Order: sequence, then C-alpha cells, then structure tokens
Amino acid sequence: MAEEQVFTIPKLPLDEWVEQSLEFVTDNFAFITKAISKLLGAGIDNVVAGLMYFNPGVLIIAFGILAWRLAGRNMGLFTILGLALLWNLRLWESTMETLTMVFFSTFISVSVGVPLGITAAFYQGFYRVIMPLLDFMQTMPAFVYLIPAIPFFGLGPVSAIFATVIFAMPPAIRLTCLGIKQVPAELIEAADAFGSTNRQKLFKLQLPLAIPTIMAGINQTIMLALSMVVIAAMIGAGGLGGEVWKAIQRLNSGMGFEAGIAIVILAMILDRITQKIAKSYEV
Amino acid sequence: MEKIKVANVTKIFGSQPSLALQLLGQGLNKEEIFNKTGQAIGLANVEFEVQAGEIMVIMGLSGSGKSTLLRCLNRLIDPTQGNIWIDGVDITTLDHDALLTLRRQKFGMVFQHFALFPHRNIRRNVEYGLEIQEVPEEQRRLKATQALKLVGLEEWEEAMPGQLSGGMQQRVGLARALAVESDILLMDEAFSALDPLIRGDMQEELIALQTRLQKTIVFITHDLDEALKLGNRVVLMKDGQVVQIGTPEDIISSPSNDYVKRFVESVDKSKILTAKAVMIPPTVVAYLNDKPTTGLLQRLKAAPLNGLLVVNQDQILQGMVRLEVLQQAIERGDSTLQSILETNIPEVKPTDSLKQMIALLAKSSLPLPVVDKQRKLQGLVTEHTVLTALAKRGDSASAKIGDSTVVKLVKKGD
Repeated sequence: MAEEQVFTIPKLPLDEWVEQSLEFVTDNFAFITKAISKLLGAGIDNVVAGLMYFNPGVLIIAFGILAWRLAGRNMGLFTILGLALLWNLRLWESTMETLTMVFFSTFISVSVGVPLGITAAFYQGFYRVIMPLLDFMQTMPAFVYLIPAIPFFGLGPVSAIFATVIFAMPPAIRLTCLGIKQVPAELIEAADAFGSTNRQKLFKLQLPLAIPTIMAGINQTIMLALSMVVIAAMIGAGGLGGEVWKAIQRLNSGMGFEAGIAIVILAMILDRITQKIAKSYEV
Repeated sequence: MEKIKVANVTKIFGSQPSLALQLLGQGLNKEEIFNKTGQAIGLANVEFEVQAGEIMVIMGLSGSGKSTLLRCLNRLIDPTQGNIWIDGVDITTLDHDALLTLRRQKFGMVFQHFALFPHRNIRRNVEYGLEIQEVPEEQRRLKATQALKLVGLEEWEEAMPGQLSGGMQQRVGLARALAVESDILLMDEAFSALDPLIRGDMQEELIALQTRLQKTIVFITHDLDEALKLGNRVVLMKDGQVVQIGTPEDIISSPSNDYVKRFVESVDKSKILTAKAVMIPPTVVAYLNDKPTTGLLQRLKAAPLNGLLVVNQDQILQGMVRLEVLQQAIERGDSTLQSILETNIPEVKPTDSLKQMIALLAKSSLPLPVVDKQRKLQGLVTEHTVLTALAKRGDSASAKIGDSTVVKLVKKGD
C-alpha cells in the first residue's frame, strides 16, 4: 500500500510487453520450436537408450580408457572408480541422462558460439552489439530462462537444453573472440606480407593459435551446461538434477547428498579431461 | 634498372589527412601540424629509387618513419599521397586482389622479432608463402629445404620455432622470405633484436647470400654502423623526411647537414673509409735512373715525406727510397737510385679500409703507396692523411669521394 502512495507515475508494463512478445513468438513460430523439440527429444532418447543398452561395467571401462588416453593414467583410474561408485549408488541411468543433455547443449552452444565469436572478432560493430547481450545472458538468473522455454518446447529435456544453451554459450563466444584477437599483430602482419587472404589467415594462423583459448571456453561451457541441466530438473528434465529435486521435495538429505556427489564426480571428470585437451593444444 | 621508385610519398596518421596535407604544403613542420590538427605525419614527400640487385638501407632513429616507409612499399600501410612503382607498375592504384598477387610475387619480408608462426614447425614456417600461393606440397617442400640449406638450417626442419635461439629463428625468417623466390627482400630491423656477435655474423652472411642471389634488398635499421656495412646506398631519415641519400662513403665524408654530421661522428670511420677516399696525390716521385739530388731531397722534406716512391715510365711502382738513405747516397755521389731502392715494401689497394692501413702504418712510418691491379701508383697514404681523415668532421671541401666506390668488407668465403 505504501508503495502506491509514493508512486504517482503508473508502472511500466515491462512484464506485459515481454509476455506479449513471447506469446506472439509462441503463437506464430510454435511449429518450428515444436519440430525442433520433437527432433531433439528423439535424439536425446535414442542416445540415452543407446548408452543404457550396454552393461554399465563395460561402459565404465570404456570411459576409463578414454579418460586415460586423453588425460593420463590417474584420470583414467579416477573415472573408473567414480563411475563405479555412481553405478553402485543406483544413479547410473540419471548420470547417463545428465551426460547426454550436457553433450547436446555443449554441442549446440559450441557450434553456434564459435562462429559467432569469430564474427565478433572481425566485425567491431557486431562485437559492440553482442558483448552487452552476453553480459545480459550471463547475469540474468538462470531460472528465468526456464519459464519461456516451456511454451516453446514443452516440459522435459528439450526445454532444459534450450535454457542451458542460452546460459552456457557466452563463454564459447567470448573466448573464441578473445583467442582470435590475441593473435599477435606481428604474426598477422607477416601473414599479410606474404599475401594471405582473410580466409587463409583465419584457418592457417588465427584459428590454430586461438585453439587453446577456445578450448578453455568450451571447458567453461561444459561446466555451465552441467550446472544448468541440474537446475533444469525443475521443468522435468530428469537426470541427476531430478534426483536432487526429489530429495528436496522429500526433505531427504541423504538422498540429496548422493545425487550431489554424483554431480561433483561427473563435473570433475568432464573438467579435468577438457582442461587436459585444452593444454595439449598450447604451443 | 630501377626496381622500386618512390615518388612524393606522404603518410598522415589521423582522421583529417587532407587538412594536414594542406599545412604540409604550406611548409609547416611535423610538430606544428600535430599541435594544430592532431594529425601525425608519418612520411613527408619521400622520394628515392632502388636499383635491381642493390642493398638499399633506410636508416633513422625510432619515429623517423622508416618502418612506415617500408610498409608502404608492399602497402601493409597505404600512403596518403604519392606513388610507388615496382617494376614500372604503380602499386598505389592496385585493388585488393592485385595487391595480394603483388605481395606474393614480388616480396619476401623479414621482421624484427622474427614473427615465426609458433604452431608450425620450421619447414612449415618456411613453406608458408608457398602454401598461400597453393604450390603443390612436394614442390614447396623441396623449395623450403633449399631455402633452409641457404641459411644453414636444413637439420632443423622438424623443430618448432620455440626450440631455436634468436639467431637461428631469424635465419628461419630469412629462409621463409627466400623460399618464395621473389626479387625483393624487405627487411625490417631484421638483425636489431640479435646480440652483437650474432648480428655481425648475420650481416656477413647476408652480404655473402647477396653476392650469390642478387636480390633487391630494402633493409631498415637504426644502427648507422649496420647501415654503412650493408648498404650499397643509404637513405637517412628524420621526422618522416629523407635527410640524405648516398653511398656510405658519401654520408661519412660529406654529411648534408648538422643532423647527419652528429650521427656520423660516432661511427668508426676507419672501417668505412677506403684508401681511395683518403689518399693524397703522389706529388714527389722519381724514376729508377734519376740521380739522387739535393733538389729531390728538399722537395721530399717539404712534402713532408720520409720516403721517396720510385716508378717506371708507365707509373708502375718499383719501390721506395728512405729519406736518410737518400741523404747518404747524395753524400756518396751515387749516379742512380737503383742501388738504394727497397723493393719489398707494403702497399695497399684503393678499396682497402683505413683500419687495414693503420695496421701497416703502425709497423713503419714510411708512406704507404696505393696501387691498382696493374700496380700503377694511384696515390699515397701517410700517418698524417689517416689522422686527418679520422679527425675530419666531414666539413672540409678537400674530401675526395670515390664516385661509386662501395665499401666491401671482409666477406666470408669470398
């Protein structure tokens, strides 16, 4: 009541504007989003089903070997022990669901983010537009993205991936742009002096030299995607986040801790492996 | 033949170049224009040309515009005004594609801090220019290997740039520029980042390479010693303007103004000046059959010289008679110089440097005869002439400059 007495100027109907524009988009473009939803949903289901087809023991060994090849013996050992613990805690299927969602969101974020980052590095105008937009995307509380995701894609993992992509893409764009801009001007000049076209400069010089930075961006994208798909359990995304959500609803701390530790293990495996890959590209 | 011709080139850094051009036309200097308009003059009405097969050194302190000028030659920087011809083609009019072709065909460039690509091994670095031109892999591999052989690094093909020392990295830089087999080499302070010993080696190696390859080289440096050592000719720059163009000897012996003079003072002239530039004409000479007379003795003392040079009818050097020996011969009443002639005396060529002459003069105080290939007497050099040349600040009118004498320094394997 007090507020209404202070303010004589009517409230800006910002909420209504957003609602209306979202409604407009849903009404007119729902057929596209629904199609994407169907396609992506089927993709996720198939991958999870594929992963569940194998005996977890076999997969754990396979993941272990992969981790060993990519990041060394210790990481291989940690992967095997960690995943075995998750299996034992009966969290295997949730882990595979989460992993699949992280994979899909990362894939989309990177395949959109890297080209945008390259564009931003070359066109100052685009850079000026996209940077504040990225700040906006990253500071807006992650939960807010979940709300419009539902009318677009319906409840479930596809909405979760939509929200996750928005949340996790900024570092991929930012660090790609940074990596390319960091290539020393002297090297660019050398490439120019030999008569390189812009395309030759990009593929022979700028991108190869930016790879360590881009990989650092991808590592961050993966970490953000993991944190977001957990939150996205609120809109029925399932996975390990779903387990946490269940534990909250039942006020069951033990169950919450189990799911929590599973997320930590998964995060560590993904983080260390991608960091090692990023390092291996450094000159 | 003229390989590069630069005419009236001006570069202005800033947003209102036309305003600055106008003030420049009114004769204002760099500082005044900057204070008035905020436009920086990079180059102002630069003119020079480079002959094919010549090493042209552009020399100046930092901020003199030398790097800007070099980059105008392949249009890494576009001149604001003026024209540049490469092999008769005005490159200031070329469009983007033609410019790329020009850079590929005409230029190799070497950079101060090497600018090797850190993610490529040595061979792939050297191949870069050829890769850009889409030369088939086998061929470019062959050419890269050849270029690496020229700089003595064929063993290092598979190494990464980070594994090499500075000197070796710059050899790779040079090989990369040579691999494209262009006529013109642009070298931007190519040896400035190297330590003095390696730098000296690289300079000599460049001279040796140049005698084999006969490229047209535009070499930038802030080091006058380097400029004088490498350059067939030198362009001296200050504040974006050309102060003097000439052979190293021109610049040493007749600096065009006080700025150049101050510069030149610190140079070790003994390495640059040649016998031809400092020698005095042989005013007192005698023939073998001449009689030792008091007249001869007096002329010798008046010169003053403590040795008498003896030639034959064709002015071919025969030997020398010492002053005191001549005096004794007169007292004895000898009839010719024959018996008192010393034939085993040191002599120098017109191209020998002062440094070499100083070493000879230190051993005996006799005048040094300067003789050409046929041993014909050209002039002579005494302690006095050497000291005068070294002390000279370049303002004496008596400086005799060899028209096109190029200082050839000791070359490896030459």
